[in-house]
Amino acid sequence: MTDLTSLTIAEARRRLDGREISSVELTEAHIARIEQLDGDVKAFITPMFEQARAMAAEADAAIASGQSDALTGIPVGLKDILCTVDAPTTAASKMLEHYQSPFDATVVAKMRAQKAVFLGKLNTDEFAMGSSTENSAFFTTRNPWDLERVPGGSSGGSSASVAAGMAMGTLGSDTGGSIRQPAGFCGVVGLKPTYGRVSRYGLIAFASSLDQIGPFTRTVEDAALMLGAIAGHDPNDSTSVPVEVPDYRAALTGDISGMRIGIAREFAEVEGMELGVLAACEAAYDQFAALGAELVPVELPHSKYALPTYYITAPAEASANLARFDGVKYGLSVNAGNVLDSYFATRGQGFGPEVKRRIMLGTYALASGYYDAYYVKAQKVRTLIKRDYDEALKDVDVILAPTSPTVAFKIGARSDDPLQMYLADIFTIPANMAGLPGIAIPCGFSEGLPVSLQVLGGAFGEVNVLRAAHAYEQATNWPTMPEMVAGQAGA
Amino acid sequence: MRLELETVEHIAALARVGLTPEEMERMRDQLSAVLDHISMLQEVDTDDIAPTAQVIQQHNVMRDDVVRPSLPREQVLLNAPDQEDGYLRVNAVLDQS
Repeated sequence: MTDLTSLTIAEARRRLDGREISSVELTEAHIARIEQLDGDVKAFITPMFEQARAMAAEADAAIASGQSDALTGIPVGLKDILCTVDAPTTAASKMLEHYQSPFDATVVAKMRAQKAVFLGKLNTDEFAMGSSTENSAFFTTRNPWDLERVPGGSSGGSSASVAAGMAMGTLGSDTGGSIRQPAGFCGVVGLKPTYGRVSRYGLIAFASSLDQIGPFTRTVEDAALMLGAIAGHDPNDSTSVPVEVPDYRAALTGDISGMRIGIAREFAEVEGMELGVLAACEAAYDQFAALGAELVPVELPHSKYALPTYYITAPAEASANLARFDGVKYGLSVNAGNVLDSYFATRGQGFGPEVKRRIMLGTYALASGYYDAYYVKAQKVRTLIKRDYDEALKDVDVILAPTSPTVAFKIGARSDDPLQMYLADIFTIPANMAGLPGIAIPCGFSEGLPVSLQVLGGAFGEVNVLRAAHAYEQATNWPTMPEMVAGQAGA
Repeated sequence: MRLELETVEHIAALARVGLTPEEMERMRDQLSAVLDHISMLQEVDTDDIAPTAQVIQQHNVMRDDVVRPSLPREQVLLNAPDQEDGYLRVNAVLDQS
């Protein structure tokens, strides 16, 4: 059974289409693996095993009649911030603990149309606000490589389940690094597409100018397959861009000779950068050169301002987006007798500490008297950050950077200090500010824990990003799944 | 710089978030620390720089004004905290006294 849960999506596709295995077998193997390991890892908020079994049987019938898409019969998981009609969507918040969406997110509908198999809804920091899943209102997910450490976040359930072999691929969302950073901490592949590449319809909104949905997988090829399945224009999301979806898998030629790859000095000089992480990333740069790519120094002088810019822009947008949780239409409702007191009571009890912090921070930045000094200032610095990347990417095809300055930290180590927690995203935020695609891929180990490298590209340059990441992966082949034995976690 | 407690109370009121006195004090410290970090933006010269609100080049995305079905009322009301005769039931908005 272990064999089936360690397959790549591409290999499972071959075996499913060749009738060597069935989707029911593949799905049962994953359900058994989840039942064996998720007591320790705690990646799933809502398992969907009954639905999964029915979907697998339908997928087998489709395959038998010769209808097979990239994800037909493939067991996948969904971050619990993506709306689904057949399971609750909680955003890991007490506010939406019992929320049942009347519609599917577009990415969910697209995967459903391909007859992918949904194993369940995955843990996240509440409303995707966090870097460790410790802000989930329900429980903290553990890192499969070391159960005392965080899996990263916010999409920590999505990354941990893929590393633990509890799903072949998952979807997450990335507002400031929430796909790439947890992928890095769990040693798997995580792809944040270009802003506008994937529809955000049915993704519970955090920061609308930054949010983007993307896949977690154990190989770059699998990420290309999943991106192909979810990308494209959607009339229900006016920020999705009508750009043709290329055959991403065809981009994986393995050949990057002559590719121009930018290396930014600014990233090596960040305070708090672990030496083991820096060493692994620098060895990876050398590997790209050995594969025939040309390493070119690029300058991204405003990099250090990305974090403070983000912590104005994202909370400002969040404070507006989360105004909808008023206890009137859906979600938690605490009736305190009159309209105003009911708002205070509902929102005071429904939101956790980090969500309250960000709503407060955003409200402050947008408030009369502070608006120009904070919000408008951040928007202007965002222009400069984007300009840095636009300039650099005129000269190079992709840019390499560490995914995070550290390996996965211990549960509880940063939960009392918001600013320290925010620093985990220092390398991932610029791509969101500039709307660019980025993939996190394993690039070695430090202190026995995975280290991750980012490959960033120009807008709608996923083809270059995937090709470069794939060539490196083929040359290195770092393990993406730890050895796991059930019952190892403490109480 | 430490925020005044009155400022934190004012912001919480604007945000419609009920906070206990302990939460209010903790928020005061944590917001002050984050705002201190953010203040480094003031050193950036942005005099002739236009603000960026979003990064895609599309503006005023329009669609044809065609009638199409919306979600069924029962389905939408399924999540309603309180309802009556197919409507959301809310507290009185206007003072009746």
